[in-house]
Order: sequence, then C-alpha cells, then structure tokens
Amino acid sequence: MPKVEIRPAHAHHHEDSDLLYGVCAEFNAPGDLIRAVEQAREAGFTQMDCFSPFPIHGLSDAMAFHDVKVPYAIFFAGCIGGIVGLSLQYYTAVIDYPMNVGGRPLFSWPSFIPVTYESTILCAGLAAVFGMLAFNGLPKPYHPVFSTPNFGRASQDKFFLCLENHPGFDANKAEEFLKSMNATQVSRVDAEEAGDWTK
Amino acid sequence: MSNLIKEKQDELKELLPGQHSYTSLDDQIGSLILDNKRHPKVWYLFVAFGFIGANILLMSIAWLVFQGIGIWGNNQPVGWGFDIINFVWWIGIGHAGTLISAVLLLVRQQWRNSINRFAEAMTIFAVMCAGLYPLLHTGRPWVAYWLFPYPNILAMWPQFRSPLIWDVFAVTTYITISALFWFIGLIPDFATMRDKTKHPIASRIWAALALGWRGSAKHWHRYEQAYLILAGLSTPLVLSVHSIVSLDFAVSIVPGWNVTVFPPYFVAGAVFAGFAMVLTFAIPLRKWYGLHDLITDKHLDWMAKIMLTTGLIVFYGYLSEVFYAWYSGVIWEQALIQNRFFGPYAAAFWALWLCNGIIPQILWFPKARKNVVVLFVVSQFISVGMWLERFVIIPMSLHRDYLPSSWGMYTPTFWDFSFFFGTIGFFIMLMFLFFRFVPVINIFEMKDLLFKKLESKEDGHAAPVPVGGKGGE
Repeated sequence: MPKVEIRPAHAHHHEDSDLLYGVCAEFNAPGDLIRAVEQAREAGFTQMDCFSPFPIHGLSDAMAFHDVKVPYAIFFAGCIGGIVGLSLQYYTAVIDYPMNVGGRPLFSWPSFIPVTYESTILCAGLAAVFGMLAFNGLPKPYHPVFSTPNFGRASQDKFFLCLENHPGFDANKAEEFLKSMNATQVSRVDAEEAGDWTK
Repeated sequence: MSNLIKEKQDELKELLPGQHSYTSLDDQIGSLILDNKRHPKVWYLFVAFGFIGANILLMSIAWLVFQGIGIWGNNQPVGWGFDIINFVWWIGIGHAGTLISAVLLLVRQQWRNSINRFAEAMTIFAVMCAGLYPLLHTGRPWVAYWLFPYPNILAMWPQFRSPLIWDVFAVTTYITISALFWFIGLIPDFATMRDKTKHPIASRIWAALALGWRGSAKHWHRYEQAYLILAGLSTPLVLSVHSIVSLDFAVSIVPGWNVTVFPPYFVAGAVFAGFAMVLTFAIPLRKWYGLHDLITDKHLDWMAKIMLTTGLIVFYGYLSEVFYAWYSGVIWEQALIQNRFFGPYAAAFWALWLCNGIIPQILWFPKARKNVVVLFVVSQFISVGMWLERFVIIPMSLHRDYLPSSWGMYTPTFWDFSFFFGTIGFFIMLMFLFFRFVPVINIFEMKDLLFKKLESKEDGHAAPVPVGGKGGE
C-alpha cells in the first residue's frame, strides 16, 4: 500500500477481541518463516497466513493448505468450453444451417476439431485466471493485514506470519510465541480494513 | 550425485551472477520505471520513430477504409499479398514469447525467468499487428463481427469447415490467453511497484493494477496452480495456432501449399523468427540498461542454439518441398519448384535460402554465439528470411497455378509498404513504452531464483524446483 500507517507494536490493547485481526511477525528469511509456521501449528495455532514477496516452496505443506479448487475449476470450465464449442458447430452445421458441400456428411467432425479445441483452451484459460482471482478474493484493495507495520516490505524482501484471531484465540500467547521465533518484530493488527489506496 | 549438485549450483551462478539481494533486484528492475535517468536518449529516439510509424499506420488504415483494399497490390490471381505475408510473419514472431513463457516453464528451464516478461509483451504486440491485416483485408472491418457465430437476422452461421474460421478462433483465443498469462505474471510485480514507489499518483495506479495483491501464502498456492496449468494450456495452444495458420494454405489445392509438412514446419519457423526478434530486443536492452547480470551471455547462447535447431528444421522443410515435388510426379508441383528456382521471383527464393538456410549455420561456432554483434546481425537476417519465406509461399504459389492463361504478376504498392512499415513502427513504439512503464523482467521469479542460489550456497544442495513447480516434494 502506498501509505502504510506505521503504528508502534502494542499500541492497541483491545478488551474486545473482535477488533483484533491477528498477531503478525516479520522475518528476514524464508527458512525462519517455515520454521515458525511448523512450530505454530505444534503450539496449537490453527488459523494463520503468511506473506512473502515470492512463492516459497514447502510453505503450503507446512501450513497444511492443500487447496485444489483452481485445478478443478479449470478442468470443468475446459470440459464445458469443449462441449459448448462442439455443440455450437453441430447445431449450426447440421440443424440450423445445413449445407451440402460436395456430398460430405453434415456432421463432418474432423473439421470441427480445431474450433472445439480452441474453445476448450479459451474457457479453461479464463477459468484459470478468473477462478484464481475469485478464490483468492481478489481484487481486494483493503485488507486488515496492510496495516501491519512495515508490511510494504512483504512484496520486497521481508516475510510475514500472521496468527489470525478466532474464537478462543489467545493474543498474548500468540505474541509470546512469535517473539520466541527469531522474528524481527511482532505487532497486533486491528480488524478494521486498512490500506485504503484512495487516501 | 555430487556432480549433479555441483552442475546445478554452477548453472544458478551462471544465470544470476554478481552479488544480488532481494532489494538490489527490486532496485535494478524497478528503477527502470521509477527513475527516468536510467533511460538513455536513444529511448526517446525509438519512441519517436515508433510514433511516426504508428501514425503512418493510422493514415494508411484511414485511406484503406475510405478507398477499399484496391489500394493494395492484390489482384487476380494473387488474392493474398503483403497483408497475409505480414499476418503470418507477425504471428510467427509472437510465438517465441509463448514458447519461452510456457514451454520452458513446463520443461523447468530456469533461464526463462529473465526473458519471459518482455518476450510475452512481444507476443501480445506482435499478435496485435498480425490481427490488423486479416481484419483490414476483409475490406469492411466495421462488420468483422460477422466472423463470429452469433444469432442474426440473416439466419446465417460461419462455415466451420473452413480453416479461415478456425483462424479467427485460434487467433482470438491466442491473444486472450497471452494477455491473461502476461497480466497474472505481472500482478505480484505491480504489488512490488506499489510498495516501492513514493509517487502518490503512480502508487495508486500500481495499487489498482495489483488488485490488492498481498503476497499471501494461500494466494501464492492458487496462483502457482493457475500459472502452471495456464502454461500447460498455452503450450498446445501455441502449436495449434500456427498449425491452423498453416492449414489456411495446406487445406487448399494450390501447388506448393497442399503439403502435409506445413504445420510442423510453420511452427518451427515461428519459433525461429520469434527468437530472432527476442534477440533483436534483448541485446540492445541489456546493453542500454546494464542488465548483463540478469540477461547473461548464457541466455543469449541458449537462444542462439534454439534458433540454430529450429532453423535446421525449417531448412529441412524447404528441402522436403523440393523432394516432394520431384517424388510426387505431379507436373504442377514440379513447375512450381522450377518457378521458384528460376522464375521471375527467383531472387526472393535464393535470398530466403541464404538468410534462413546458410547464414544461421554460423551459430554452430560457440564464438559466434557469444558475440553479440554476430548474434544481432544473424537475427536480422532471420527476420528478413522468415518474411521472404512467406513471400515465397504466398504470391509465388498464387501467381502461377494450373492454368497458364490465368497466370499473372504481383507488385506491391506504396500502401503495402506503408502498412508494413507502419506495423513495425507501432510494434517498436509499444515495446519501448513497455520498457519504460512495466517491469521488464519478472521480479518475483528472479527473487525465487536468487533464493535458490542463496539456499544452495548455504546447505550445499540446490533446490531445483522452478517457479510453477510443486514445492515441498
């Protein structure tokens, strides 16, 4: 975000836990982040997310995040694209506008392959991009995590772990835990959506 | 095993030499946008040149729309002239971008990381130029939507048995998928630019383009799935596009066109021309912007090897055409070859063999592949050669077919050249604007590469998983 509002850690001590988004820690190296994630899960933290400037391999496994919605969406969109493409050609060439070309069969399917193929790829490709964005909840210009101090570096050279608030979440315990994990800083993040790029 | 690890380490070192950190990568690539001073004067020169070209294109289009396609040299029997030559030439150039970004991703070639972004940009701009030609060749571009199947009051549908309609679907799918692939590759880099820039307006533009990307691990997880599968979809797509373009010819009965070798040989030719164009831009780009650390001699060497290989396939195609003509025993095919060798356009044919068959053979020598001047010059010959190839295939087959009474000659007019020059200018303008306003090298993939390099140094083993690969296995 253009203007990350820098707040000192511990600036907010909310009694009302609904106002807390989570507790976030900043790390210098991907290795520290993965270690922290693994130990956080051992320590009983269930809801968390990490933020990094590039995809870190092994992080999804460490977080036990095994989402396969996108590949399925792509597969089904591809199937639909193919079926629609072929049906369209069948309908136009056989039913609605039959044309006898040199006595060839109306349903001359080999010449329908290229368009069927292209429409399969087109639908699958659109599903890949828009499915990925939709499942990720993007575009989303405002998000609480943007108000984490120094969060602008998450797209550059720093690695963040955020233990998220949920019923039964102990913010003090989370803070203690993250401080013990070689984090360069730990802070509590408000639940209000920050990072308003129009400001 | 230890040899393999050593090799991997050496490869990473060669791909990313120098002492880089994540921040220095950001700075080196990001400052091309943030710091105007990094752009040499020659940038303005090329943009100005491109701008003039783009205006010539606009004027040519205006005149064409006003006057009709009679302003071109197309005639009977040569119904396809510069318009189709240039269409095929441009679309072929685009193919290297997809090859680099998709095929090399799938075969886990990490060296693609520093060239894929601008090769993809090249693809999109080249396909834009390509698409103009058939659009204008319809004569009435304002009713080009007739090409698409939609319910209409005439109760007519496109003829799906025609390769020309396959072309419509192939090219529109191709430009859509290429643009999407390019855009999702850019999202994380837009986020980096958003966080790096201090300019209030610029940061808002980047923020809007980044769609609120926050680098969440869950997002990266889905992002990589989508990116890898999109690469898997683009690979057969790129092969299908030029195969379908070649079927525009091969499905007909014109001598010299009705050959089964066309699809593979067109695809190889597309890659050949595309890599020549990538080198044409990569060599000056890395010199002017000091990107030797990111686009290394090794990259140029590998691109030259791909050109050499695809060049040989193309040349094999030329030779097999001669063989087919002789072996088929068909007199029209034989007459065509004779016409190519000794006919009125024989000069174009021999220039083609020189440019695409003979000159690229210099790339067998490692010294030539390491010499940027040689590489640049060879690339220019290949670009010219691939244009000549389409000239040899299209007007040279059309101007003399079965009936000698219907033979004719083809002479391009001023407007043919103005369109050709115009699209070249338009392309150059877009490429140089892209260098100025978009991260020209994929920042996050370079960071990933750097991470692997640092990691391999630390614990003595390389992590050979490329971007898009499934990690943690």
